[in-house]
Amino acid sequence: MTDLLTLAGVHTHIGRYHILQGVDLGVAAGQTTMLLGRNGAGKTTTLRTIMGLWPASAGEITLGGQRIDDSATPDIARLGVGYVPESMAVFSDLTVKENLVLAARDGPLDDSRLDWIFGFFPALKRFWLSRAGSLSGGQKQMLSIARAIIEPRQLLLIDEPTKGLAPAIVVALIECFAEVKRRGATILLVEQNFRAAQELGDSVLVMDNGKIVHRGEMAALAADTALQERLLGLSLEAHQ
Amino acid sequence: MSELAATAALPKPKRDLLPVLLPAILALMMLPLIGSPSSWVTLTVASFAMGMMIFIMASGLTLVFGLMDVLNFGHGAFIAVGAYVATLVLLPLASWVQADSLLTNLAVLAPAAVLAMAVSGALGLVVERVLILPVYGQHLKQILMTTGGLIVAEQALYALWGPQIIPLPLPTSLRGSFIIGDVAIAKYRLLAMLVGLVVFAAIQLVLNRTKIGLLIRAGVENREMVEALGYRIRRLFLGVFMVGSGLAGLGGVMWALYREQVHASMGNDLTVLVFIVVIIGGLGSIGGCFIGALLVAMVANYGGFLVPKLALVSNILLMVAILMWRPRGLYAVTSR
Repeated sequence: MTDLLTLAGVHTHIGRYHILQGVDLGVAAGQTTMLLGRNGAGKTTTLRTIMGLWPASAGEITLGGQRIDDSATPDIARLGVGYVPESMAVFSDLTVKENLVLAARDGPLDDSRLDWIFGFFPALKRFWLSRAGSLSGGQKQMLSIARAIIEPRQLLLIDEPTKGLAPAIVVALIECFAEVKRRGATILLVEQNFRAAQELGDSVLVMDNGKIVHRGEMAALAADTALQERLLGLSLEAHQ
Repeated sequence: MSELAATAALPKPKRDLLPVLLPAILALMMLPLIGSPSSWVTLTVASFAMGMMIFIMASGLTLVFGLMDVLNFGHGAFIAVGAYVATLVLLPLASWVQADSLLTNLAVLAPAAVLAMAVSGALGLVVERVLILPVYGQHLKQILMTTGGLIVAEQALYALWGPQIIPLPLPTSLRGSFIIGDVAIAKYRLLAMLVGLVVFAAIQLVLNRTKIGLLIRAGVENREMVEALGYRIRRLFLGVFMVGSGLAGLGGVMWALYREQVHASMGNDLTVLVFIVVIIGGLGSIGGCFIGALLVAMVANYGGFLVPKLALVSNILLMVAILMWRPRGLYAVTSR
């Protein structure tokens, strides 16, 4: 399977800190790739570097064969890259509807696409005209993800979507991501919840100290407790 | 499960009405101190008119501040340039200005205001490209560059128009007052209030009813996420900067007519006042800017009447009091 996204020797500096120290990775087209690692390993920085929010200081990033490491964030987004940050970053002063109107950049909201999203996240329909700032944490996460998938994207970068959410919402998110993948999107997903990662991931990348230290099949990592403990520092049970 | 299906209603958003009521509360508190109801009405109307002019000048600056975190200390230059450009229309057509016909007066005032806005807006384009673009994200350099720009603009005005104060008489039909009982309400103040309210309504309409307005509101809150959705926020900012500069130019014309004179340092003189309004209101908040402008004008007018010796520091005291109450301004939009 060909890689939709590749990073080769990518370094990122934030101020005087050298965060990414030569990241090499490939994300296979049409697959869900999990990016795991301890806190501070560089997972969020990797996503932000791909998105152009923190520019790479060295190395090469390609999307569908096209170099994007010199591109500005809006241009990367316009190539069909959706981004769900860890902070969710919904526009709290805007309504749910207005958040989605902005996300549907190239035209009016597509009703059938909206109905599809409401199927996963009925709360968004109910609170359609409510200010996003008044939603609960879980509902903000639903909105943040809805914003990323309101239009078809070729690549979704999602940062810790299940963090701090109720189990029912985690299940809804997992269903949503699986459906998005079935519709042809490629997903690079940072996740701390190993159970969720295990359910969603086709392949896995593990980071440590700003580098990729393991790449392989998700199922293989899920089956190897010793490897999990060595790479992630915690047992599977501790992640559940 | 309820969070997913949303079986429970959202908590009702708190309506933060206290800042909105603040000008009315302040006005009512001043009534017994001023004593004479007619003086109180005159001062209140004067405050409202002055507040509207300050709001027009400050509205663009608050969006520039909120949207791109740019400290533009040169904003006053657009105010002065607007006023000078208006003289290019109003002085040669002095006979129209002196005509005793409202329509004739407005026929010369309107193009003067439009030209002032256009030239100030165009100057905004140049300033953004030349002075601000190279120093995005660097506050100290922004202050130095824009303060330098203000000095250059002021000296250029002196060079072009000379050092003397240019008298700018009010159009004849806008002179004088409407007398209602004991109360005299200056006609020009009513016009200033009307223009201010129209500008406020137009900005609210754009911000709340158009996609560009949504983008501006979203950009003020989180410009990084707006870019991650594929919008080039620098272009949006350039547009906001030009409109803000144009509005400052309009405010300059209004202020010059209010004072009936134009001088090169008027922008510099108003810069502190405009910044106080923006800070009191909350960076990026148009509603806060509107209330802040009213409060600043009320404190200046009531304070000047009751305690003239405090007039010079009254606005600083107001800002300190507001920031002690709400450290991010009356309506905090950004996290800055």
